[in-house]
Amino acid sequence: MAEDYVLELEHIRKEYPGVVALKDVTLQLRRGEILGLIGENGAGKSTLIKCCSGAVIPTSGKIKINGKEFDRMSPQLAAENGIAIIYQEFNNVGELSAAENMFLGRPILKKNGIVIDRKAMEEEAAKAFAQLNIKIDPRALVKNLSVGYQQMVEIAKAIQQNAQVLIMDEPSAPLTTNEVESMFKVVELLKSRGVSIIYISHRLEEIFRLSDRIEVIRDGEYVDTLITDKDPATIPHQVDELIKLMVGREMTQKYPPRKPCVRDDVVLELQHVFGNGDEDISFQVHAGEVLGLGGLVGAGRTEIAQVIFGARPKDSGKIIFMGKEINPHATRAAIDEGIALLPEDRKRHGALLTNSIKNNISMPIYERISKATVIDSKTEHATAEKYREDIQIKCPSIHQLVKNLSGGNQQKVILAKWLAANSKLIIFDEPTRGIDVGAKFEIYKLINDLVEDGVAVLMISSEMEELIGMSDRIIVLAEGKMMGELQKDEFNADTILTYASGIVPENKKEAV
Amino acid sequence: MQENKFAAAFKQNAIWLVFIVEVAIFAYFNPKFLSLANIVNISRQVSYYGIASIGMTFVILIAGIDLSIGSIIALVNVVCAYLMMNMGWNMWLAILVSILMAILIGVLNGWMVASIGIPAIIATFASQTIFRGCAYLLSGGLPIPGVVLEHPTFGFFARWSLNRWEIFKSMGEVGLIPICAIIMILCFAVGSFILNKSYFGRYFYAIGGNEEASELSGIRVNKMKYLIYALSGFFAGLAGIVLLSRSGSAQSTAAIGFEFEVITCVVLGGVSVAGGIGRMSGVIAGVLIIGSLKSGMIMMNVSEYTQMVVQGLVLAVAVGVDCFSKKRQAS
Repeated sequence: MAEDYVLELEHIRKEYPGVVALKDVTLQLRRGEILGLIGENGAGKSTLIKCCSGAVIPTSGKIKINGKEFDRMSPQLAAENGIAIIYQEFNNVGELSAAENMFLGRPILKKNGIVIDRKAMEEEAAKAFAQLNIKIDPRALVKNLSVGYQQMVEIAKAIQQNAQVLIMDEPSAPLTTNEVESMFKVVELLKSRGVSIIYISHRLEEIFRLSDRIEVIRDGEYVDTLITDKDPATIPHQVDELIKLMVGREMTQKYPPRKPCVRDDVVLELQHVFGNGDEDISFQVHAGEVLGLGGLVGAGRTEIAQVIFGARPKDSGKIIFMGKEINPHATRAAIDEGIALLPEDRKRHGALLTNSIKNNISMPIYERISKATVIDSKTEHATAEKYREDIQIKCPSIHQLVKNLSGGNQQKVILAKWLAANSKLIIFDEPTRGIDVGAKFEIYKLINDLVEDGVAVLMISSEMEELIGMSDRIIVLAEGKMMGELQKDEFNADTILTYASGIVPENKKEAV
Repeated sequence: MQENKFAAAFKQNAIWLVFIVEVAIFAYFNPKFLSLANIVNISRQVSYYGIASIGMTFVILIAGIDLSIGSIIALVNVVCAYLMMNMGWNMWLAILVSILMAILIGVLNGWMVASIGIPAIIATFASQTIFRGCAYLLSGGLPIPGVVLEHPTFGFFARWSLNRWEIFKSMGEVGLIPICAIIMILCFAVGSFILNKSYFGRYFYAIGGNEEASELSGIRVNKMKYLIYALSGFFAGLAGIVLLSRSGSAQSTAAIGFEFEVITCVVLGGVSVAGGIGRMSGVIAGVLIIGSLKSGMIMMNVSEYTQMVVQGLVLAVAVGVDCFSKKRQAS
């Protein structure tokens, strides 16, 4: 019996220079079903859907739409064959009306073929909105609509273009609770009309509510597909199973051993800090301790790091550093206190790519090593050479531009800069993102050296293994709030993922 | 590796080769081009561009632009002349006050760009219009003319002219060392010093490369922007005083379009309009190339209109080469 598949992806593989983003993923979407697609950060979900839209061309593999085979997609082909994608970032033009956005690039023209027929477009848009049971004025400017409605405009646009397959990438992430509810209604309505939907979300409860089947991918590979059992009694069991499938393999020994070095003295303490999207964050970091910050992308981890580093202001609460309250209004102030940040996006926020290694390393200390604004070039050279030696930055010379270094060495340069600045608290935001395995190990060793020297480390990581392997303690955030804290003996990928998806497990409820 | 180094050094100094070739061509067509008198003359002419180009170099290094310097020069001319002629101020005091004013205009530019967040091209274009207008208002649109010797304070100028130095007069007309050229050389020395020896230079390159990462490395980017636009104002003000000393007459219409000539010099000298890349020595070459190009064209009786066409082409080619090499690197 041949199943009625509307979209089939067969053995999709995508290689980038040096990285395999997708190893072998197969996905089959039945007509009129909602397929939940889940996987950890970096599992390859986004790359996979980009293969469907033609934004990414797979290295090998086949795409079949209604049984018709394609080697590759292009955005035009995808649209012609009824595939529409609602990305996390909307493709709306804020300054145009809802109707104009719906017909962007394919306007309805008047009979003369030149002038845009605004009225016809608005009527069509109104029809599309009515079909979805949503009330949006087709003439309203999109920038004045709420995020939920902006998303609806995109969905209506897809439906108006006769989309047979709707792929939604984390659609609930930017929405409020009420908006999520109305989005669900629209999704269910579409399903009842025979539209097939791939629904990607980190929030497992949504997946259970909506999906007919759930496909799990991990590290660019297909893992399994389960049939969703909507019986509430079995859901906790299913959640456990899914998380196991997502996290997968046993944790292997990838982390260098560390001597116990956590000291009693508190380096950083946050007391009920609000601001920059975070709410009521309180925690302590001790000298010689690696405190892991877990959570999903957008959980507010980077935001709290920015607040501590003085890059963003807080609204209220106290930051106590080395025993005294600080209120850094600029990064300079935080750096002078001894706080450092290695940002997630190294190339944009961390390294000064067009400057030399030497200049990068001395950047925070130039004023200290200068007399009457004149740089003491001997100290400047000696500092750079010292750290090149100490943390083994592999480069022909310290005059090399940082853009010519590998990701791991760039990260080392940024670290060297903060070591030169005598930092007492170092915040790593995704310390090994985009760094190959060998260099990762070196970065971990450096982090060990730091804490053994008594530096306090705050490590944000979305890689579960890294978080568990490196931290002495883990705090998990979700949607800007602290969900829970785990001591070393409580570390467990399942618990962390559960906290991260915003659910407090039953046995922990009283404790929080 | 060794060859690479040679290639890099050659590439960095290729602009000087352009200068030498250019001089050779002019000298071939007109032997007088290399006469001492002409060299002195060129050095006097370029000094005014050279001084202003230092501030512009800093501004372009941080991927900014300063379109207000022509108007600053006009206003400095008018204010300095007005203070001396109409108010009877001491020459040095008038110079000091007008240069301070130029710095303040720079600070205003910095405020608009850094604190308000107006794009540099618009902010400085606004002050270009505002301060040109101020120059017209103060002078009533009329020149404050030929006052050099008749006015007692300007009389001082004749002996201590920034244009030439009395002491060297005994050496005969060709032996004059234009003092404005000496000022230019001093300014280039200061500019090189700021760029290479002081931490400000490191900050400028960093900001031009990546503003966000610079801020996250502890550089107070906004403060630096204030400083840079103020420096641009200062060097423009100094160039204005040099111009006044040469013309002896303050014109509110002075230096119209001057900023574009200076931008041409700076960009020709290898300072990338995208920011972060450039060297003072290149800018010196750029200034000399444009200066001798102007002088050479005049000696070859090229019309003023043709000169404009040539200068525009030079600007387009200079930026084009920069952008083209970036594009090739990227792909």
